[in-house]
Amino acid sequence: MKYVDEFREAGVIRKAAEEIRRLADPERQYRFMEVCGGHTHAIYRFGLKDLLPSNIELIHGPGCPVCVLPMGRIDDAVSIARDPNVIFTAFGDMMRVPGRDGSPLEHKARGMDVRTVYSPADTLKLAQKNPDRHVLFFAIGFETTAPSTALTLMRAKSLGLRNFSVFCNHVTIIPAIRAILDSPDMRIDAFIGPGHVSTVIGCRPYEWIAKNERKPIVVSGFEPVDILQAIVMLLRQLKAGEPKVENQYTRVVPWEGNRSALKAMAEVFELRPYFEWRGMGFISQSALRIRSSYAQWNAEERFPVPGVRVTDPKAAQCGEVLKGALKPAQCKLFGKECTPEHPIGALMVSSEGSCAAYYNYEHRKTALTSIGASA
Amino acid sequence: MMSAAPPRIRFRDAQIEMAHGAGGKASRRLVEGLFAPLLFGGCEEPLADAAHVSINGTRVAITTDSFVVKPLRFPGGSIGELAVNGTVNDLAVSGAVAENLVVTYVLEAGLPTEELEAEVRAMAEAAQRAGIAIVGGDTKVVEHGKGDRMYITSTGIGRPIPGLTVAPQSVRPGDVVLLSGPIGDHGITILLARGELDLEADICSDTRSVLPFVQLLVTAAGAGVRWMRDPTRGGVATSLNELARDCGLCVTVFEDRVPVRDVVRGACELLGLDPLHIANEGQFLAVVAPEYVDAALDAVRSTPGGSGCAVVGEIREEPAAVVLGITAYGGTRVIDMLVGDPLPRIC
Repeated sequence: MKYVDEFREAGVIRKAAEEIRRLADPERQYRFMEVCGGHTHAIYRFGLKDLLPSNIELIHGPGCPVCVLPMGRIDDAVSIARDPNVIFTAFGDMMRVPGRDGSPLEHKARGMDVRTVYSPADTLKLAQKNPDRHVLFFAIGFETTAPSTALTLMRAKSLGLRNFSVFCNHVTIIPAIRAILDSPDMRIDAFIGPGHVSTVIGCRPYEWIAKNERKPIVVSGFEPVDILQAIVMLLRQLKAGEPKVENQYTRVVPWEGNRSALKAMAEVFELRPYFEWRGMGFISQSALRIRSSYAQWNAEERFPVPGVRVTDPKAAQCGEVLKGALKPAQCKLFGKECTPEHPIGALMVSSEGSCAAYYNYEHRKTALTSIGASA
Repeated sequence: MMSAAPPRIRFRDAQIEMAHGAGGKASRRLVEGLFAPLLFGGCEEPLADAAHVSINGTRVAITTDSFVVKPLRFPGGSIGELAVNGTVNDLAVSGAVAENLVVTYVLEAGLPTEELEAEVRAMAEAAQRAGIAIVGGDTKVVEHGKGDRMYITSTGIGRPIPGLTVAPQSVRPGDVVLLSGPIGDHGITILLARGELDLEADICSDTRSVLPFVQLLVTAAGAGVRWMRDPTRGGVATSLNELARDCGLCVTVFEDRVPVRDVVRGACELLGLDPLHIANEGQFLAVVAPEYVDAALDAVRSTPGGSGCAVVGEIREEPAAVVLGITAYGGTRVIDMLVGDPLPRIC
């Protein structure tokens, strides 16, 4: 399969792994944070940790939008969808995220009209097909998905669609990285930069990380070859002592980003003064809300929203795991009360969450040494 | 007279959700935690695709399966054909040759006769192809809007193949895992046939009777066949996890040797699905003793439709009760059962 197979080719992967071993100084520890949940998933899914020397530690970052969403937002949206006239729509990975009163899927089993969509554009079709009902889209994601929500809202406006609204939870990546760097217990040597987000925002917004914080950052793709190559580039930068922003994912990410996507976002969204991140608390100017010129399609304007706030269970240590201070399996609830089927913490819900990725692909194989050798 | 202690129920989910019917972890919990303790006093033996029982000293295999697929017709097959093949296959991988079938139709008022007739014909043809007789059935009709056009349940009895015992307990380290052909065709076909995704692909369901292949396999490698399963809902990953758990050993999967068509891989990449979790309706997995592997492969591959048969893994001691994926470059990952319900009603 083109554009996939060449980035999973065993010979190329082995070569990159050898290069990493050659570059890594055995005398020191490396702590690299992969910002994006897509990378976390790929690292476990492809067993890449097995290929790295033990002194390179990968820390899982905050780039999983489902994971950082406060539980109360789900309860808020569900309270709108309790009206039987409302059709609740969201991406598949939102469906099992628990609010205080259950996940969208549990509400569906109890009779709520909850539907999975693969694209926000599908929600418009749904609204057109059901003119007597209201279609609510639970929008979530970083800059990766925000442009498609923006375009959907622009389309709804141009169609004059009255029975459609968006419950907006879009967040932005840069303030989260800043919060990580400001956090006193974080010791990160370098960053594997988010690939999909960067297709929209480009590479310039990361320049302060290299310039002011003196940390290397390499924007990376999601295939095994991409991630290993990004690690090679980070090691080279550290060796040279010249932190900079580099783009490994040039086949997809333009340095300047995607102007028309950014324009659509600017047309529809503005920054919220602050927004709560699960596990990280309130971060200022870290999320998007719908502009007043689109108020008619803003669910938070159109419907009464209770503003539910739910604190995470005390025993759950999502915040520490989210910031990379704890490994998933070090949390007291991991694999016991908290599993992908019955997630308590948000990191267990999305396949991009570090706990779910670790649970699904890693934790039961720990008794093992060099199993690949005889394959 | 002593009365037995009431069976312990361990199913704690508050309500039934779609995941309980998806064939993965939740389904297993429901069967083992609620049905098994109340209906037959718990799971002493690992649960299999069909039960083998003795009637007046004669061994008989029996199984049942319900079909709720939507849409009723899809490229490569239809609900009627599935209802025959699915039950024939459950018997086949338990080591039995299907003989007779009884079928139940649950019909929604308003269903055009034409649609019903098409499915009855599809069943008759599939039964003829599989060499079995449909000997009875039942019909129920529910109000319009209270069913999804048509559900079919088929119950089959079969004759155990003499000398063949397939059970997870007989699996040993060093045994080899065979897969009959490319995976995921059925699940992806249904997903695309629903027309909810703007995706089109040239693909059709793999629905077929696997009995001829199983018979060839058994003839060629009978004494070396330890375990078989048709990886329907929950896919290959779920079937192999059930095996790993039931035999307490590690099932390794060489990921680059698992046959998957490019269109299935492409759809899975786009949708974030793992082909190992996607349903099949015409494939089977077998664990075979190493000395019988060549004979087994030759037997299946020599038959039309069997050329894709491949060795996809092997059984190891450790880590216990885990399915472990090994990549071509030596990376490893745990391959877990299906969690949740990523796909709509597929069978």
